Amino acid sequence: MWTARARESWQKNLPIEKLIPDTQPAYVVSWIYVFGVLTIAALSVIIISGLALAFAGPAWYHTSDFGHWVNSLHFWSVQLFFAFMVIHLWGKFWMAAWRGGRIKTWISGAVVFVLSIATGFTGYLIQTNFDSQWIAYEAKDGFNSAGIGAFFNVTNLGQMLLLHVAFLPAVLGLLTLIHVLMVRKRGVVPPIDANSSNTEASR
Amino acid sequence: MSKNLSPKEVFDAKPWTGKLRSYDIIKEGTIAVVVVALLVVSLSFLFGSPDEKSLTFKGWAESNSDNFYATAVQELAGTSGTATYGRPYNEGSDGLNVGPLFLQKWAGVTHRIDAANNFVIEPLMNQVQTPEVKAALTQWSQASVDARTKWATTYDDAITKAEGKLSAIPAGEYGPVPALANGLTQMAKAGSLDAALLSQGGFFQTDSTKQILFFGDGAYLDDAGTAANLQGGTWGMMNETGRYPGQAWLWLYSFWYQIPPFTNEESHPIGANADVYIMVIMGAMSLGLILIPVIPGVRSLPMRIPIHRGIWRSYYQSEGIKRRRK
Amino acid sequence: MSGWISNFMNHPATYLKAGWVQISVSNLIVILLMLTVFALAIFIPFPNEDSGKGKK
Repeated sequence: MWTARARESWQKNLPIEKLIPDTQPAYVVSWIYVFGVLTIAALSVIIISGLALAFAGPAWYHTSDFGHWVNSLHFWSVQLFFAFMVIHLWGKFWMAAWRGGRIKTWISGAVVFVLSIATGFTGYLIQTNFDSQWIAYEAKDGFNSAGIGAFFNVTNLGQMLLLHVAFLPAVLGLLTLIHVLMVRKRGVVPPIDANSSNTEASR
Repeated sequence: MSKNLSPKEVFDAKPWTGKLRSYDIIKEGTIAVVVVALLVVSLSFLFGSPDEKSLTFKGWAESNSDNFYATAVQELAGTSGTATYGRPYNEGSDGLNVGPLFLQKWAGVTHRIDAANNFVIEPLMNQVQTPEVKAALTQWSQASVDARTKWATTYDDAITKAEGKLSAIPAGEYGPVPALANGLTQMAKAGSLDAALLSQGGFFQTDSTKQILFFGDGAYLDDAGTAANLQGGTWGMMNETGRYPGQAWLWLYSFWYQIPPFTNEESHPIGANADVYIMVIMGAMSLGLILIPVIPGVRSLPMRIPIHRGIWRSYYQSEGIKRRRK
Repeated sequence: MSGWISNFMNHPATYLKAGWVQISVSNLIVILLMLTVFALAIFIPFPNEDSGKGKK
């Protein structure tokens, strides 16, 4: 049965020691390593503040002080999310973190980055204020010129609203999860210039 | 998988067998969430967030009545930005192209907009009007398409000649067009056009396409964008209203709009089609970012520029590993 | 959302210009902060209680 095989494969590739490890290779000592988890932490604040905003409808924050504060939480968590994610990306680039069969990990992370820009963009479109009027009018030309506007109509508030709160975060969340599981499965990439003889010597 | 791999690749792929340090991933995650949450709460209390009120047709018609009036005439004459746009709204033009590729035309018209009817005639018909406007609507609806076009374009030309100064327009064969434009201006001033454009005579409506497009056909939105420093030609894509940080991550997308040939709308073939060229460039560059690990030259930069010596310096020190020149 | 800071934030932004390069002070601060944090993350030593003990 494929169901039994799926369980076995999970057990083999991601046992609890890998999924929730209690040790790390000794070279994992740098502040640069915290930016991945900081990005995820910012994403979780984005999701929680976003759910609060969604609960009362898209125009709530214009008229309620509390709503405006929740909007501010959403705004700043997005700013931090992008800052942390870009620093994480810089760090992983200079570590050449795709080495040792980790290419798919890099690809999934880079796709998350691009998709985050799209998701953030739909957020700017559903602010229902001057900013979103302006962005919708300006941005439509780029999408229309490439034929994308026919399916992804940035001037359609309803479509952007639903994409921003349903489809895009679902895909983003799933890809983030896959990205993290890939990191856990393969472990943190060894230092550039580390080799087996060094490792043997260190034993 | 394992064929053709260098010994180093094989080593990097294997589970680490060297020294370990203790680690608590759940603790790390918890600390991260708490730290970020505190940071976000502090920033939100300190700075708040931008929320500049949306503009309205009422605001446009009140602050720049002549421009609104002239835009309404353009919608009737079929000379406005929307009426001449092309896909996905109408067949007003071919749209932009990359060489022989008219990507804009491929999907056809998916959000049909008939500028004269959707923006002017239907909103007027969906509301109680003065006898003058009523008579004008009757005259318009009973006239032939040719007659309508002739009235509206003659009037549109006259407004252009008078440089938008309505009082300077000589009398002429304009048919019902002045009365219709005036009726729509009064409707906008009263504040009822915003909703009429959205609902288009229906009840539920979540598609703001028609409002946004009509709104951008005039000078009001454009002037507001310039005033707020949001124009694409001056890095506006990255900017935000007020003093808030904007979408700084769009810097590269925004960059292309600042350099020739993209800055010159008159230059063919690229400047005139800047939107689609830049879309294609950014698509390619995004793909490039995703595929960095397989791009020769770029993928070996991290080995050439030794930032990794800083990241793993304690490891290199304890193992006595010197940098290898490649 | 009152107070002088949020008042300050809702005024027209200041832009720095050099030829065709133009950036708002806020965006510049964000970008410089990111670069600084990146540099600090690499150069500030990470506290490492286990260093040298070497478990296996």
